[in-house]
Amino acid sequence: MFDFSGLSNAVIAGDEDVVLDLAQQAINAKVDPLSIINDGLIAGMNVVGARFKVNDMYVPEVLMSAAAMKAGVALVKPLLISGEVTTKGTVVIGTVTGDLHDIGKSLVGMMMECSGYAVIDLGVDVSGDDFVAAIKANKAEIVALSCMLTTTMLQMKTTIEVLAAQGVRKDVKVIIGGAPITQEFSDNIGSDGYATDAAGAVDLITKLLN
Amino acid sequence: MTVKFTELAYTNVDEFVYGFAKKPVKCANGMVIGGGTVYPEINMTLPMMSITEETMPKVLAQYEEMIHGVCSMGVELKVPGMIVEIELLPPCTFNPQWGIDVTKVVKGVMKEYETKFGLKSLLRMTPVDVREGKALKHMYKGAEWDQVMDTMKGCAANGADFLAIESVGGKHLHDESVMNIDLPKAVFSLGIVGCRDMIILWDEIVKISAANNVIASGDTACGFANTSMVMGHKNFIPKVFAAIDRVMCAVRTMVAVECGAVGPDKDCGYEGVYLKAITGTPISMEGRVAACAHSSAVGNVSLALADCWSNESVENVRLLGNMAPTVSMEQLIYDCRQMNVATAKGLALQMRDILVESDNKYDPTAYIMTPSVVLKIAGEIIKGKTHFERTKIAAGATITELRAAVLSGFLELGPKEMKYLDIFEKQLKSIPADEAQFTADMIKANPKHDLRMYDIS
Ligand code: B12
Repeated sequence: MFDFSGLSNAVIAGDEDVVLDLAQQAINAKVDPLSIINDGLIAGMNVVGARFKVNDMYVPEVLMSAAAMKAGVALVKPLLISGEVTTKGTVVIGTVTGDLHDIGKSLVGMMMECSGYAVIDLGVDVSGDDFVAAIKANKAEIVALSCMLTTTMLQMKTTIEVLAAQGVRKDVKVIIGGAPITQEFSDNIGSDGYATDAAGAVDLITKLLN
Repeated sequence: MTVKFTELAYTNVDEFVYGFAKKPVKCANGMVIGGGTVYPEINMTLPMMSITEETMPKVLAQYEEMIHGVCSMGVELKVPGMIVEIELLPPCTFNPQWGIDVTKVVKGVMKEYETKFGLKSLLRMTPVDVREGKALKHMYKGAEWDQVMDTMKGCAANGADFLAIESVGGKHLHDESVMNIDLPKAVFSLGIVGCRDMIILWDEIVKISAANNVIASGDTACGFANTSMVMGHKNFIPKVFAAIDRVMCAVRTMVAVECGAVGPDKDCGYEGVYLKAITGTPISMEGRVAACAHSSAVGNVSLALADCWSNESVENVRLLGNMAPTVSMEQLIYDCRQMNVATAKGLALQMRDILVESDNKYDPTAYIMTPSVVLKIAGEIIKGKTHFERTKIAAGATITELRAAVLSGFLELGPKEMKYLDIFEKQLKSIPADEAQFTADMIKANPKHDLRMYDIS
């Protein structure tokens, strides 16, 4: 079997050039493309996620690893047989209307990406309609809503209502989070789950999709 | 604009202490900020609710309940004077009239307590800097600029004693610099884009204040160094980045004073200690009593040089003791009493040093808030001839001081943090000396951000 440790380590080190180099070597050696992605690139990213969870890596380091992994995936992906899935699922994430807090939401998206999910980050101040459009366009299974203001919490409820009114609520699991959010609030507005932090958010969607 | 303040307001560290500022702010009701007494500054916000035309009566009722609670606590505990800060929420700046209505309600109750009980109080109104988001076309014209200015004017005309803002010019670049710990981009955001924005913004706020006979108080690095501080505190980025960022932010926040703001500087601007050192303006600070709003590593040291003592912001929810704002008020009053008694007994310096030394070994931001360190770094900053130069000097001097502190055992930093000090030093050295050149480089490297919005091209 091909030795993936170099490739994984390059992902962990966030070294895009080495990742591209080693991924190309693997392609040249006729290694199964899906295996390059899963056993080399994503395996490295799993280590990154685990280290971030225990404060052993900083966000910028994780972002570099994620960028290196993505570059590797982009190189290998055209070689996959169509229909082969490389992600665990698709998440649409954003901060709700009226709220411009960005960082917590971005971290949650980042951790999901590290754990093998495809993440569509819609940014901040995102309306219900924009969420619906993104769900449809990306066939998302999960919608993650973030908010940091006590005065935008109720926008989460509104967003869920828009999803229902436009007929996509049944196709997705909705999860919510942010500093003012509680489990009780989540239950009250009919969301499928709540987590306090980015690592918890990943555990939550993994549970919801299985 | 050429920089002002080329000398320190303080040269003797023994004069640099809480409660006293070289340029105290004397208010019409007799309160003097920075004149020897530390005053509590209570800040409060809404619980979960939407702000719409329909809910506005409920919103106003919330503010009324909160202000009654804190004022009666002020009376009960015989506070010598207090400051109330309302950081408006976005809808109350998007709709200036709503912000004005909040001002009227709050000030009305404050006046009532003054008449009935002799309670001295001052109102700081902080409209939201809404110049961000998808719809924004320009920083200095159009809806957002008008909304901020109309809210400022309306608050000033309807009861505010102080005007303040948490301005956001350059923040979009700064957010990226934090996420990628990119020091040159932070320097660009703060020292060039941010400082230029401050000049335009604060010239206007100072004019509005003068026209309405209210006090232009100050700004804060809330959107900047507080973001990196929160990230550092969670171990998401190196804590040394947050410390360097904090000191760089002092140059930007100080532009408000260069334009005519007189303090008290805003509570969440921990860089205020540098402002006080350089300009002599009194400062509001927040620390351990602000744990209701966000966690930090500077809970005690932040009080060491404070002229007003704040809780940052707490939402109106019920706790066992009382409603949360009233609880915060009580905590602030007790802290201030203790500080003021220490001063009366001639123990202010000892009190200051106890506060400093309880925190400053454990965190680089806490360390750079140490009074002697502040004076040292501030002494370097003022040598810069432009805001850009000062921002770079701030970063370099902070790196030097942090490294020296670790070597001499005054500060505990792990090897990873130390490694990043070296990395940031290298990043800093990569910045060209020429401001125009650096600006051109940065514009080219950041095509996503349209700086024509700032009239920078
Ligand atoms: C940094 C900050 C800002 C920055 C934001 C920078 C940015 N690009 O995002 C700036 C300065 C711009 C800002 C602006 C404002 N802010 Co602010 N801000 C904060 C602060 C200090 C930290 C937030 C943060 O980034 N934390 C770090 C991240 C990593 O943590 P996090 O966001 O909590 O995210 C984690 C979890 O919550 C969770 N999570 C988050 N999202 C999701 C989503 C899902 C699906 C899941 C499962 C989990 C999850 O996982 C994340 C990672 O672990 C908070 C204080 C606090 N207690 O949080 C105030 C705070 C949220 N802000 C507050 C206020 C008042 C404002 C302003 C109105 C201030 C003003 N008057 O101008 C404006 C509003 C702007 C707007 N329209 O939204 C108040 C809110 C009060 C209220 N009534 O709700 C707070 C609580 C501070 C306070 N007590 O005063 N703010």
